[in-house]
Amino acid sequence: MIKNEMKLIFPSNPENERLARISVSAFISELNPSIAEIAEIKTAVSEAVTNCIVHAYREKPGFITLTVKAANGKIHIRITDRGCGIDDVKRAMEPLWTSRPEEERAGLGFAVMESFTDRMTVKSAPGKGTTVTLIKNICC
Amino acid sequence: MSTITEPIIIEAENDRVEVFLSGDIDHKNAASLRNDIDYAIDRHKPKTLTLNFAKVEFMDSSGIGLIMGRYKKLSALGGRLIVSGTSGTIKRVMKIAGIEKLAEIK
Ligand SMILES: Nc1ncnc2c1ncn2[C@@H]1O[C@H](COP(=O)(O)OP(=O)(O)O)[C@@H](O)[C@H]1O
Ligand SMILES: [Mg+2]
Repeated sequence: MIKNEMKLIFPSNPENERLARISVSAFISELNPSIAEIAEIKTAVSEAVTNCIVHAYREKPGFITLTVKAANGKIHIRITDRGCGIDDVKRAMEPLWTSRPEEERAGLGFAVMESFTDRMTVKSAPGKGTTVTLIKNICC
Repeated sequence: MSTITEPIIIEAENDRVEVFLSGDIDHKNAASLRNDIDYAIDRHKPKTLTLNFAKVEFMDSSGIGLIMGRYKKLSALGGRLIVSGTSGTIKRVMKIAGIEKLAEIK
């Protein structure tokens, strides 16, 4: 498998939810993923980036950093914000838990990221920001 | 501005409303879809509302929020929700959310 990497930095505009998932999908296409794998990765990326826009940078706009690496049959994706952070990561990851029910958030972003990737880690510091790492094995 | 496909087509007949969604359902697009669907619910007070996903190319959990919200609004009016045309990854997102507990899946 080819080794390649990509880094994107973009502002927290809702338009960039699409930009992010389309960019990752273009990046991974060289690895010949299945249609299902592409859809799963796009969905997971959309969840992580949306969380930066909706939650992390709610009070004031900021930048989101997306890095994607492909090597040895694995795709590593990292989404970082410098937003509000998460006080209780364990609670945030519980299915159906959301801090914004009034905005019709389903509280399922982390559940979707978890089930559509092989590994998800969340590192967060309140007041500093959050990094979500997603790893997915691509069958060749 | 003209677009190639309408993002939403709403058909109403007697006490039934069917909403044909298309394109991408994400956080950016969910708010306007919500307004359009709620307008149709308020206007027709349907007994059944069908959300048809056959032409939807992408959906994340923002779409689940959209479905759950319409379920609540419709239930309060005594209506029933039907979800149709789901497949592949979108179907799996629905499954994670347990949408089958809120709506009839066709
Ligand atoms: N990047 C982030 N920065 C701050 N808070 C976050 C971030 N991502 C997630 N959260 C918190 O975790 C909760 C759960 O996230 P998620 O499962 O995606 O559900 P939802 O986005 O529907 O609320 C959010 O409601 C929010 O409180
Ligand atoms: Mg979310």
